[in-house]
Amino acid sequence: MASITTTARRSALTRNRLPRYAIWAAVVVGLVLGAALSTLVGFNPFGWGVFAAIVFTAVYVAWSGVVEGSRKAKDKLATCLVVGAFLVALLPLISVIWTVLVEGTKGLATPGFLTTSMNGVSGIQDNESASDGTKVLGGIYHSLLGTLLITLWATIISVPIGLLTSVYLVEYGNGNRLSRGITFFVDVMTGIPSIVAGLFAAALFATIFGPGTKTGFVAAVALSVLMIPVVVRSSEEMLRIVPNELREASYALGVRKWRTILKVVIPTAISGIASGVTLAIARVIGETAPILVTAGFATKINTNVFADWMSSLPTFIYTQILNPTSPSNPDPSLQRAWGAALVLIICVMILNLVARLVARFFAPKTGR
Amino acid sequence: MSKRIDVKDLNVYYGNFLAVEGVNINIAARSVTAFIGPSGCGKSTFLRTLNRMHEVLPGARVEGEVLLDGDDLYGSGVDPVAVRTHVGMVFQRPNPFPTMSIRDNVLAGVKLNGKRISKSDAEGLVESSLRGANLWNEVKDRLDKPGSGLSGGQQQRLCIARAIAVKPDVILMDEPCSALDPISTLAIEDLIEELKANYTVVIVTHNMQQAARVSDKTAFFNIAGTGKPGKLIEYAATTEIFNNPKVKATEDYVSGRFG
Repeated sequence: MASITTTARRSALTRNRLPRYAIWAAVVVGLVLGAALSTLVGFNPFGWGVFAAIVFTAVYVAWSGVVEGSRKAKDKLATCLVVGAFLVALLPLISVIWTVLVEGTKGLATPGFLTTSMNGVSGIQDNESASDGTKVLGGIYHSLLGTLLITLWATIISVPIGLLTSVYLVEYGNGNRLSRGITFFVDVMTGIPSIVAGLFAAALFATIFGPGTKTGFVAAVALSVLMIPVVVRSSEEMLRIVPNELREASYALGVRKWRTILKVVIPTAISGIASGVTLAIARVIGETAPILVTAGFATKINTNVFADWMSSLPTFIYTQILNPTSPSNPDPSLQRAWGAALVLIICVMILNLVARLVARFFAPKTGR
Repeated sequence: MSKRIDVKDLNVYYGNFLAVEGVNINIAARSVTAFIGPSGCGKSTFLRTLNRMHEVLPGARVEGEVLLDGDDLYGSGVDPVAVRTHVGMVFQRPNPFPTMSIRDNVLAGVKLNGKRISKSDAEGLVESSLRGANLWNEVKDRLDKPGSGLSGGQQQRLCIARAIAVKPDVILMDEPCSALDPISTLAIEDLIEELKANYTVVIVTHNMQQAARVSDKTAFFNIAGTGKPGKLIEYAATTEIFNNPKVKATEDYVSGRFG
């Protein structure tokens, strides 16, 4: 007697698959078992997350191995590891931003924080605000101004030097001894500790203008020592990817080499160069040590980079944390430091966004 | 404006490597000359010596004379940049400047050299050059759009317009159709036929039918083996090269029995 199959014929090409809800089921199992396991060693959210992730991976992979076979199980294990690595990498970043946001909002929201300096703010005012609950006086106007001016001058110094160096390396060097030497020293400079750059600038100006010369410009020189290798490297990469055909096309029109570089090569690479410069600025805007030894830490507004001490956001944070304005009541200083940190992070984020916009704005236009 | 080219005993070196040896050739004004031959035989290298473009590569040098209406391109005191304004070039792959509009691409030879040109002169030059390259009707409404938005064949004609906008005496073309489809190739070939009225045209091609279609005279280059220098084997009227070649190697090559 022939057996009659009532179910639809299964395709020879399909295999068993996990049901759709499998991943959510595994998440729930992971969360529950994770909570139980972490309670055994003393419950905290971090431990819960770690245990839940481990249990989820084990359950999901084992289930897949039973139903789908070992190849799919390995695939799921790899996916879990990749996603896990991504989350671990993201965790510190989110944690930093969150902490600074939570701690810094109060300082930033204080009226006058962005528009006043620390001039005249002493321990007496801080003690009053701590005991009476009045608003914390003093702000970061002088530091914000100092940061912007010092970085601006560092950019003014670094961009021409860096760009011209990379033009030499790409267009004229041809891998000769000098260009190989430059490349080597640029690589070495990339790894210079920032305090050494600061000491170099301080020593240079002490030799020329006498000891104790601390101005915003000295700090700008120190920062440009850190910035030049970054600018050289990024613009060199950008100039190298300009197709040789464009240079040849220009030469074939009877255009001189320097005009070809100026009018064809650099315009073609300008979006990459500009965003590289912006990222280099973002890289040095948060430097603390070189500014401490070159510009000091002023408390009043100074708009002249060539005279007197100057404050910057990182040095402001450093001094407020290490030497609170009122040693007996450090809370107002802490609040100001966190506020300044938030402003600094916002600056860096804006610079990164600007880099993207610049890259998009300058990119060669396509389309019909 | 069109000038003849006379080459006497030209050797081309890359460093110590002799790439092309002993070329003697006379190219008449207002004619189309085709260079054919297998890959690596030095056609393109030789072509680039005709406007000193080979010097862009480090270590390249020549011995011998290249006379443009009697003036030696390699004489002492000759500025290679000035040579290139007299001898224009079109490359294998269309290479319009990506940062420039169609108009600016045509005016590139003028503008990049920093010459001042009045607006009406510029408009006139753009139109005459684009008309000269048979591209005017296709792009006249979008001169401000980027040149990279055109099709490959249009881009190549834009490059030809760019080359004739500097009013050269000679136009060199290094396999100008090898990256193009047959329709665009036909457009370029028609254009070469028209350019002949005003310019001396020299074209390198791998396509023997193309050489037969467009050229008045054909030069066959060959190479004895790898590492050996390329040589000019035979130079004669195109009909003669294809129908009645004097040298066995030429006959083998044009009839497809080569190698």
